[in-house]
Amino acid sequence: MNPHLMTAAEIGRGLRAGKYTSIEVTRHFLERIDRANKPLNAFVTVTPERAMADAKRADAMIARGDGGPLTGVPLAHKDIFCTDGVLTSCGSRMLSNFIAPYDATVVERLTAAGMVTLGKTNMDEFAMGSSNETSWYGPVRNPWDGTKVPGGSSGGSAAAVAARLAPVATGTDTGGSIRQPAALTGLTGFKPTYGRVSRYGMVAFASSLDQAGVLAQSAEDAALVLGAMAGHDARDSTSVDTPVPDYAASLGRSMKGLRIGIIREFFGEGLEDGTGRAVKTALDGYRAMGATLVELSLPNLPLSVPTYYVVAPAECSSNLSRFDGVRFGHRCAEPRDLMDLYRRSRGEGFGAEVKRRIMTGTYVLSAGYYDAYYLKAQKVRSLINADFKRAFGEVDVLMGPTTPTPAFAIGAKVDDPITMYLNDIYTIGANLAGLPAVSVPCGLVDGLPVGLQIIGPHFAEERLLAAAHAWQLETDWHRKLPPLFA
Amino acid sequence: MSIEWETVIGLEIHAQLATRSKIFSGSSTAYGATPNVQANLVDLGYPGVLPVLNREAVRMAVCFGLATGATIARRSIFARKNYFYPDLPKGYQISQYERPIVEDGTVEIVLDDGAHKTIGITRAHLEEDAGKSLHEGLGRHSGIDLNRAGTPLLEIVSEPDLRSAREAIAYMKKIHTLVRYLEICDGNMQEGSFRCDANVSVRHKGRHEYGTRCEIKNLNSFRFIERAINYEIARQIELIEGGGSVVQETRLFDPDRNETRPMRSKEEANDYRYFPDPDLLPLALDGDFIEQIRSALPELPDQKAERFAREHGLSRYDAGVLTASRELADFYELVVGSLGGETKLAANWVMGDLSGFLNRDNLEVGQSPVGAKRLAGLLARIVDGTISGKIAKEVFEAMWAGQSDADAIIDSKGLWQITDTAAIERVIAEVIAASPAQLADFRSGKDKLFGFFVGQVMKATGGKANPAQVNELLRKMLAGP
Repeated sequence: MNPHLMTAAEIGRGLRAGKYTSIEVTRHFLERIDRANKPLNAFVTVTPERAMADAKRADAMIARGDGGPLTGVPLAHKDIFCTDGVLTSCGSRMLSNFIAPYDATVVERLTAAGMVTLGKTNMDEFAMGSSNETSWYGPVRNPWDGTKVPGGSSGGSAAAVAARLAPVATGTDTGGSIRQPAALTGLTGFKPTYGRVSRYGMVAFASSLDQAGVLAQSAEDAALVLGAMAGHDARDSTSVDTPVPDYAASLGRSMKGLRIGIIREFFGEGLEDGTGRAVKTALDGYRAMGATLVELSLPNLPLSVPTYYVVAPAECSSNLSRFDGVRFGHRCAEPRDLMDLYRRSRGEGFGAEVKRRIMTGTYVLSAGYYDAYYLKAQKVRSLINADFKRAFGEVDVLMGPTTPTPAFAIGAKVDDPITMYLNDIYTIGANLAGLPAVSVPCGLVDGLPVGLQIIGPHFAEERLLAAAHAWQLETDWHRKLPPLFA
Repeated sequence: MSIEWETVIGLEIHAQLATRSKIFSGSSTAYGATPNVQANLVDLGYPGVLPVLNREAVRMAVCFGLATGATIARRSIFARKNYFYPDLPKGYQISQYERPIVEDGTVEIVLDDGAHKTIGITRAHLEEDAGKSLHEGLGRHSGIDLNRAGTPLLEIVSEPDLRSAREAIAYMKKIHTLVRYLEICDGNMQEGSFRCDANVSVRHKGRHEYGTRCEIKNLNSFRFIERAINYEIARQIELIEGGGSVVQETRLFDPDRNETRPMRSKEEANDYRYFPDPDLLPLALDGDFIEQIRSALPELPDQKAERFAREHGLSRYDAGVLTASRELADFYELVVGSLGGETKLAANWVMGDLSGFLNRDNLEVGQSPVGAKRLAGLLARIVDGTISGKIAKEVFEAMWAGQSDADAIIDSKGLWQITDTAAIERVIAEVIAASPAQLADFRSGKDKLFGFFVGQVMKATGGKANPAQVNELLRKMLAGP
């Protein structure tokens, strides 16, 4: 039995066919984590007891005939999702002592679907980063090349699935934090429409941009997990009350007649040659499947990065105010008075990137600067939104690279925030506009994976999954494993 | 030459909305619980939790807007007001800033000289209250009680239309009456359910531009508001007349010393970095929702007073007193209803004896030991001549003390009024016979002695003789045969 060579869907089918039990599968992954986690640093917390209890429950569900496609399948949760009774660190010293008293809606729903929680994965501190180097728990290594970053902020989830320490993992995407690490580790990373998945229990970074999603081995896995996570939640006012379609049922759709928009702005300066070639090859593949390619321009899209770096820090500066050392989280030793408590607890609890963003955000919301920065950024955000809307009047989906380059070396950009921020240049637009988007593996450049990004209109999850799946029927990039973990 | 000063006051009233649960969470809002038992993860600002707006709080805000003729915003926005304080768990307060739910209302107040004045309401917006810091009995430490955190407030901001502390009080009382009529706030000032901040400035009379204002924070009794404003007016005038100038600042009123003291200056004021709360969608209200609330509005105090004056023939003043509280007005109407009219008699008793006894015993109308129907039973005996008004007061006192109904008390104490002409004539004859000197004086022109004879007759009958009959018969019999 080699469940780590199987997708989540395949494991689920085997479980229901009685080929093995969830307990066996779970034990298998726990052993893999035991062996491989140390060098990768993908998990902050492994929860073997919870996993075995979940597995036992799943086996009983299957035995009763109550099992669904994901029942008994293990998964890992990004450490941004609250998990009852388990450390929920958000990659920060600030929450390095925080045992969440409840389950996030995402965790609750996936548990209800019978999935088995293996543990909590490493991440950039408070999801702020594109390389997983800002984590209080140290950087995560890319399973394809240990000297390289796995991307971020869901770097731990990406590394865990890429190294098959878990068949699938949850992630969150505020500016590309699912898609970018998926691209850099050869995975299918899906970010749903804003509002499709509840944010309740997900530690907030930038509330108007944050969206939970999945890092998977295939579009089929993404469809199954997304289907189990998605749906209205009365506890999140921004969650949308529209029915969740059967995503798996949409996978067989033909690409014939699909109008694909090629975003001109995504193929300019900064796109590394090998990545560009791999993406173009993929586009040719879609043409061969019967799709039409239309080149078009989204003129305001290049403003995504500066817009994002006003809006996201503004929201984060406010969202992170609750970490004050009073009720939970890190508290400095022997505070002299209230000010000292605030200053030292926050000074010690937050890392440099988080502080940089809190300061930026505080600045752009300040009296006298609000109009020039925050308000202007909101206006540009509507222009970007309008660009996408216009584009989707002409085409069904947009395609382009997920990242400008394959994975870069650990330490290479850590001292240069602007270069680091430009890593998300192709992914941020979808967040600003609240659109669903997916990254699928489309090649290897010098042994490192690169991703094709597909962006759709609001609630076009099915269309994106069908497009991703069609590509995966034609190719086996998504089946490639990092040589060390095969 | 002395300059004439004019005071300019605007009030920001915080009315705690009488919802059962908090504005963004399901915790109870009941007052006086053990610290922190009414604070759930949302109130504590735990990582990952999100606010969900309480529909009932929205309904109440709309009620207030409709009752003050204001514009109800079809789309209003919740914003975050950011500042650090231990009793503010999230590090920001959810409030409404640029787009409040209610704008541009008015209320009418009655001034001391009886004139009416319209006071503008700039806006009323929904927000959450903070918790409380506790400093007593904890040694070097401070405690935090988050039971109040997230309690819904309606902040009602007036235009700077008020010109004296008296006007400010009249306005505050008017809003107090209104929110209780609407049953959107219990109005309990001691528990802090109804409190205000006062913005006060002075200027030379006739000037158009406003003087520099000071804001006096957290006034929670009508008496304190009056004293604080008057102190502040005097302080500002003295300052300017002494060659100084007012500095814009926030001040606190110390009722023990009867003065306001600086709390923080404009320079020290927080930059609250307001921005729309991304966790809450803009609040969109449809016309049906608003119309449903409008059709369910109760009769408002001004409408009720107008009706009492018009239909009940009460003076405007009496109508105003009776309608100052919905409970009192309802009580009065119940009395009138049971009595089948007699509005003036009912009004006098409700405003007089009943209110007096309630005040004396520190009771609310709803707690009155004599209910409206029982009071009507008593008044019916005045109307049908069974007892006099004077005896009625005695009976009322007995009823108040818990001694059954008016009729039973009248019976058991033999308080029936004497209306038998022959009986009254007999008493008068005895009184006249016993007072020959007074009789002679009266007949020689000392008219004032008529009162003496009335008094003697009433005394002799234990106050039970019908006063009108006594007057009539006395006049006849004193005139001589």
